[in-house]
Amino acid sequence: MTATAVDRPDDLDDSTGGTDSTDSTGGTPAARRVPVARAYRFELVKLVSQWRIRLLVLACWTAPALFVAGVSRQSTLPTDTLFGRWMHATGWAGPLVMLGFAGTWALPLLTSVVTGDVFACEDRLGTWRHLLVAVRSPRRIFAAKALAGLTVVLLLVAGLACSSTAGGLLAVGNQPLVGLDGHLLAPGDAALRVLLAWTCALAPTLALAALGLLGSVALGRSPTGLLLPALVALALQVAQTLPLPVAVRLALPGYAFLSWNGLFTEPAQLRPLLVGVAVGLVWAVLATALALLLFLRRDFTNPAHDGSGRRAVTVGLLPLAGLVAVTVAVIAGTTDPLGSGIGQEKVQRSVATAFAHLYRIQTGQLHRPAVTEEQLAVTAACTKGDGRQAQEGPGNDWRCVVSWHLPGVRLTGQAVYQLDVASDGRYVADGDGPKEVNGYFLVRTPLGDAPNPLWQFDGTVGLLPTPPPKG
Amino acid sequence: MGTLLAVRARGIGKCFDDVVALDGVDLEVTRGRIYGLVGPNGAGKTTLLGLLLGLAVADSGSLEILGVPVGRALAAPDGVAGFVDGPGLYPSLTARQNLTALAALHGEGPRTAGVDDVLHQVGLTDVADDRARGFSLGMRQRLGLAAALLARPRLLVLDEPSNGLDPAGQQHVHGVLTRLAADGTAVVLSSHRMDDLEALCSEVTVLAGGRAVFSGPVGELAAAHGPLDYRLVTSDPPAARRLAAGTPGVRVLDATRPPHETGPPCDTGAPRDPGRLVVRAPVPALDTLVAALVQAGVAVRELTPVVSPLEAAFLALTAGQQQEADR
Repeated sequence: MTATAVDRPDDLDDSTGGTDSTDSTGGTPAARRVPVARAYRFELVKLVSQWRIRLLVLACWTAPALFVAGVSRQSTLPTDTLFGRWMHATGWAGPLVMLGFAGTWALPLLTSVVTGDVFACEDRLGTWRHLLVAVRSPRRIFAAKALAGLTVVLLLVAGLACSSTAGGLLAVGNQPLVGLDGHLLAPGDAALRVLLAWTCALAPTLALAALGLLGSVALGRSPTGLLLPALVALALQVAQTLPLPVAVRLALPGYAFLSWNGLFTEPAQLRPLLVGVAVGLVWAVLATALALLLFLRRDFTNPAHDGSGRRAVTVGLLPLAGLVAVTVAVIAGTTDPLGSGIGQEKVQRSVATAFAHLYRIQTGQLHRPAVTEEQLAVTAACTKGDGRQAQEGPGNDWRCVVSWHLPGVRLTGQAVYQLDVASDGRYVADGDGPKEVNGYFLVRTPLGDAPNPLWQFDGTVGLLPTPPPKG
Repeated sequence: MGTLLAVRARGIGKCFDDVVALDGVDLEVTRGRIYGLVGPNGAGKTTLLGLLLGLAVADSGSLEILGVPVGRALAAPDGVAGFVDGPGLYPSLTARQNLTALAALHGEGPRTAGVDDVLHQVGLTDVADDRARGFSLGMRQRLGLAAALLARPRLLVLDEPSNGLDPAGQQHVHGVLTRLAADGTAVVLSSHRMDDLEALCSEVTVLAGGRAVFSGPVGELAAAHGPLDYRLVTSDPPAARRLAAGTPGVRVLDATRPPHETGPPCDTGAPRDPGRLVVRAPVPALDTLVAALVQAGVAVRELTPVVSPLEAAFLALTAGQQQEADR
């Protein structure tokens, strides 16, 4: 028998709030333990005293504003990032560009630095025994550390969101935002959806933070433990670029970093978003529970503890792999289990809708008589490749011919787009003419040249079945 | 009588996988006394201290701390404080912040907890606002002791508290421990420094191979060993050698010869000097020799044990245990 296999009756009655409790073995008074609130404050003090945490907080609350303001004033915009092409037009594009960047890079790295080190730092400093003697409850230590790590992660995420929003609004202004189906969102509506998008991104962030806790507990001082969230996030991003079935794609915990874009269509593509958020939260809960389980079983008497590889696999890795399998099975039961979710009909509908909305914007720019989407009656005929292969799936070989009508004009207008559709349903439509409609990046307006909204636009295809769009 | 005991351990056993760390160890520590644990590396000292601090639980035996039987909970009972394997400090915090944060854990402010007072007690007032990152080992030890004092312990458990201490630091630590004991706190400390144990401890337990090979008062341990080696420096070395050789019970060892030729312990630790004499004798025979030297008009300039009595006893006890283990 070793120290790792002892019972811990002290942890079974944490509700006592630090008062004396009863030892299960003999009814004798056990140690007076420190309430979680005090231990949490202690952990926060330790975290905030670290220069790298202070630096990160400062960077997250200032750098996004400078970045968004700087980019918004440049002539070249980050058009490869969602909403990047609208950074000149509205301040609300800035926080969304930052969200795209954060989901890919910033949040995995931030969670690595904060939660990936929250337990390992005690191993590095050799302070576990000191902490255990002071707090007298491993379970409370875990709760305090998890809450302190969560607090700092939330502070950093809030900084990214608030700072980028402030930068955008100050540099560009509070203008309407063009959604991913081309419709205009009033500033208030845009603000609400930006807030919702950042809130939804918290779910995968929490999943990564919980993986950081798990890595920190399971692998001790090993750098792999510290880098676990970043490594997992990288693996998830690679997976999202592969032609995976939609059921697998949605079952991965980082999907909500992509599916928030469904908030910017009308109607909103909520199902993939809610699935992504739910999966992220389940991962967060399970990874935290596994970290707790590993933590309560660790050997505090060994100052050179670097985790047990075998236990990390059996208690840490296998249950998470099982969760992926169960999630895939559940999602596959409600959708086409093998399909990509990107079908010809969906692409045509999405392109036609976006074109109709953007055509109205262009009409306004050119001071032509206003038309409605109903009057335009836009249709799109899209084919993939040479038309002989399966008309579904991602690829840059989609070609769409868009047709529309104008009131009082007998001829049907037509324009061509080349589409690059990504595996996650996001696409970039590149206008191929005619020049007066979508073939050139500028339009000549009575007030001078202006960006042509029909030249290139971003859109998204919902991977799960959604009701047909309005308009 | 039981209420006077801060620690009462009976037949304590502890294994780590296949390694037996403690094997049937008994220990009784009285309140208001300073108790020493000595033993070679791997003897089980830190494991035993860890059990007292609630960092592990024993596999067998019974343990009572401050009158309370210790169950299987991984937590130190109330009134117990200290550290093993060095003090736990956070390098990004100052000495004062380390203690203030610790006091806040127990719901006390720096003033009510007496942060300044404990910093003063261990002699760290001048560096109270320096980050612990830059502290030497001795300063870290003193700050660790200060952290333990904040808990106002009734049982203080310290693992090698004198490591890295300069003479001034040692004086501070000795003063603190002595005052605590005088106030009724039981102090259990391990140390490799026999001078510390001799200066501080009233009783010691010698551990070897996970077993207690001696428990009792320090004087008893020193006396149990038998004749010691003494370094003798006189005004007339040839006469002293002649007188020593003629004194019953006194054996003259050659300080110029290598240790293995005279049997341990005989290394004087000083430059080999023909004027110096090393003699092995029990205390009564040594008294006779000194009287004979004085009577012969030979001035005694130095008469000191080559190795302290406690160290000699420790070496003898643990060497025997080691040989048994090797067999």
